[in-house]
Amino acid sequence: MIILVIYVAIFTAAFFVVRFGVRKFRQLNDFTSLKTVTFGDESAVRPDRWASVISVLTIFLIWGAFTGSKWVPVHAPGPFVGDTQFTYTLEAPDGRRDDATVFVRVFKVGETVSEPEAEPGDGFARNDVLAVGAWRSQLLLMDKNDEITREDGARVVAIDGQPVTEGQTVSVADGTVAVTAKGSLNFAPTKGMQMEPIWLPPPEAVVARVAEIANSGYQNFTLWEHLYWSLFRVIVGFALGALVGIPLGYAMGLSDWFRGWFDPIVEFMRPVPPLALIPLVIIWAGIGESGKIILLFLAALWIMTISARAGVSGVAISKVHAAYSLGASKWQLMRHVIVPNSLPEIFTGARVAMGVCWGTVVAAELVAAEKGAGMMIMVASRFQLTDIVLMGIILIGIIGYGIDILMRKAENWLVPWKGRV
Amino acid sequence: MSTLSIENISMRFDLPNGSHVQALQNVSLELNTGELMSVLGPSGCGKTTLLNILAGFLAPTEGQVTLNGRRVTGPDAERGMVFQQGALFEWMSVRDNVSFGPRMKGQRETQFRQNVDHLLDVVGLRDFKDKAVYELSGGMQQRVALARCLANEPDVILMDEPLGALDALTREKMQGLVLKLWKETGKTIILITHSVEEALLLGERLLVMAPRPGRIHREYRLPFADAGVGKDLREVKKDPDFGAKREEILSMIWDMEEEIMGRTEEVGA
Repeated sequence: MIILVIYVAIFTAAFFVVRFGVRKFRQLNDFTSLKTVTFGDESAVRPDRWASVISVLTIFLIWGAFTGSKWVPVHAPGPFVGDTQFTYTLEAPDGRRDDATVFVRVFKVGETVSEPEAEPGDGFARNDVLAVGAWRSQLLLMDKNDEITREDGARVVAIDGQPVTEGQTVSVADGTVAVTAKGSLNFAPTKGMQMEPIWLPPPEAVVARVAEIANSGYQNFTLWEHLYWSLFRVIVGFALGALVGIPLGYAMGLSDWFRGWFDPIVEFMRPVPPLALIPLVIIWAGIGESGKIILLFLAALWIMTISARAGVSGVAISKVHAAYSLGASKWQLMRHVIVPNSLPEIFTGARVAMGVCWGTVVAAELVAAEKGAGMMIMVASRFQLTDIVLMGIILIGIIGYGIDILMRKAENWLVPWKGRV
Repeated sequence: MSTLSIENISMRFDLPNGSHVQALQNVSLELNTGELMSVLGPSGCGKTTLLNILAGFLAPTEGQVTLNGRRVTGPDAERGMVFQQGALFEWMSVRDNVSFGPRMKGQRETQFRQNVDHLLDVVGLRDFKDKAVYELSGGMQQRVALARCLANEPDVILMDEPLGALDALTREKMQGLVLKLWKETGKTIILITHSVEEALLLGERLLVMAPRPGRIHREYRLPFADAGVGKDLREVKKDPDFGAKREEILSMIWDMEEEIMGRTEEVGA
C-alpha cells in the first residue's frame, strides 16, 4: 500500500517536473507538435521518453529501497538488528510476583551469533536470553530456568509492566511479545518495511547471481547454456512450424479441397492453448528435446497456417487478374504475386508465433526439463533461491523483447511496403 | 483485320436465396483493331461483368467471345487490363512493374529494356523508374498501370474505370494521355467509365447499356476522340455538338436510373 502511494507520488511528481521543468528548455518544432487536438488523436500521442526512463528508474529505486540495496541511497526502514530486552512479571500460585529480564539478540539470518550473556538475577523468576533472526520470531520458554514454573502454576501477568493474559500481544522496544495459549512467550522483532531477501532479494544480489551462474552454472549447465537451449528449442520448433504451416496455409488459400479438409482441424486446434498439450506431448514423446520441439511445432503451426491463409486471401483480386492478364502462369503468379503479397501477414503471424513459442517453451521447461531458462527458475524456486528466479524472469523478458524487436527489424527490411498500400 | 467479337452472350447466375440474376442478356458486339469504345451505363447494367468476360475472368452462360477467331476461355496476355486502382505490385519498383509482362514471358533484360524505357518516357515516369510504386501519387500509379499494360503488347486493352479514382485535373491530363497512346499504338481499347463526358471524349464508339437485365441500349459513333488527339480537350468540350450529345446521353441514363428507382420503390412498397 505504501509502495503504491510512493509509486503514484513519483509518477505525479516526475510528470510536473518534466512538463514544467525540462520541457521549457527543449521545444519540439516538428509537425506533430503543431497539432492542437491531441486528446483523441492517437498519432499525436508519442511516448514521452523522459517518462519511460523515469519509469524504469522508479522500479529499480523502489525495488532497491525496499530491499535495503547498497545501490540505492534511500531506504525504507529495515528490520531491527541488534540487542534489546524486555521484562516479564511472573506470578506464583500464592500471589507473589517477580520480574525477570529477557535479553534478546536479533541477528541477520545466515550469520552465526552467540546468545547474549546475562546474570540470572534474583527472585524466583530468572533472567533469560534469546537469539532471533531478523524477520523471524522465537518462542521463549521463559520459566524453564525459573524456580516456580508453569507446571507449578506460575503465569506471566505483565510484560514491561503492561498486564497480559494468554493469547494477547503487546509491543515492547524493537518488537512485539505474544503470550501463547499455553502461557509461553513469543518474541518477534520489528520487521520494518523492507522485504526479506528470500521474498525479494536486492538488485545487486540478482546481478551477482547472473555473474555467478554465467561462470559456474546452475544445475549442471551455465546460464548461457540454459538460455541457449531454450532459444534453440524455440527456433527449431518455430522453423518447423513455419516450414509446414506456411505451405499448408497457402494450400488452404488456393485450393478448396485443402481448405475443406484442413478447416475443421485448424479451427479446432487454433483455440487449444499449447500449454494444454504439454501433458499429452510428455506422454507421447517424453520430457526430452523431441517432446519440446513437437510442442513448439504445434504452437507455431496453426498460427503460421492461419497467417499464410490470411495472406493469400488478402491478395486483391485485381492484382491476381492483372498478373494473369499480363501472361503469368499459375507458378509465376504464386512466386511473383501471392508470396510477396502475403509476406506482411506472414510476418505478423511469425511475430505472434515467436511470442507464443517463447512463452510455451518456458512453461514446458517449468513442467519438466533437464536444462533451459524455465527449468532453471523452477528448480531455483523449489530451493527458495528467489534471486535466480528473478534473474531468470528478467532474462526471459529481455530475450522475448529482443526477439520481437529483431522480427520487427526484419519486417521493415523485407516488407517495406507493409501498411503503405 | 483482327477483330474482337462478342457473340450473343448472356450471363445468369443463382443467388443463395434461390432467385437469380440476369447480369447480361444477348449482348453482341464487334470491334475492329484500333477502335476505341467507351461503355457507359447506370450502375448494375453489367458493364464490369462484360469486361470481366472479355478479359476471361468470367465465363458467360451463353454465347462466346472470340479474338482474331480464337475463342476466349481465360485470361491471356493478348487482352491487357487496366484497373481502377492500378493493381500494381507494391513489392516491385516502377520499372519491374512495367516489365512484368515481358519478364513473365521469359524475356531477358536486354530484350525488353528499350521498350520499357520508352514506355516510361511516354507516360512521363522516366525519373521515377527505380522508385517503389507506393511512393507515387494516384495519377502516377495509374500511368504505371498503363505502361505495364502496354509493355506487354496486348491486342486489346480493357480498362475498368481507369481514371475513376483520380482528381479532376489529373483525370483530364490522363484522358489526353489515353488518346495519345491509342493513336500512337493503334490498340483496340474498351473503356468503362461512369463519366458521360469521359465516355464522349474518349469513345470513338460509345455503348450505352441498360440494366436488369444488362443489355446494350444504344450505340453511338462519335467524332470527338479523333478530334481530341493532340488537342486541348477543353476545346473539344466547347463544341456545341459535344454539349448536345452529353445532354442527350445524360437524360437517357437519368431516365434509366429513375426507372430503377421507381421499380425498387414499388418493390419496397
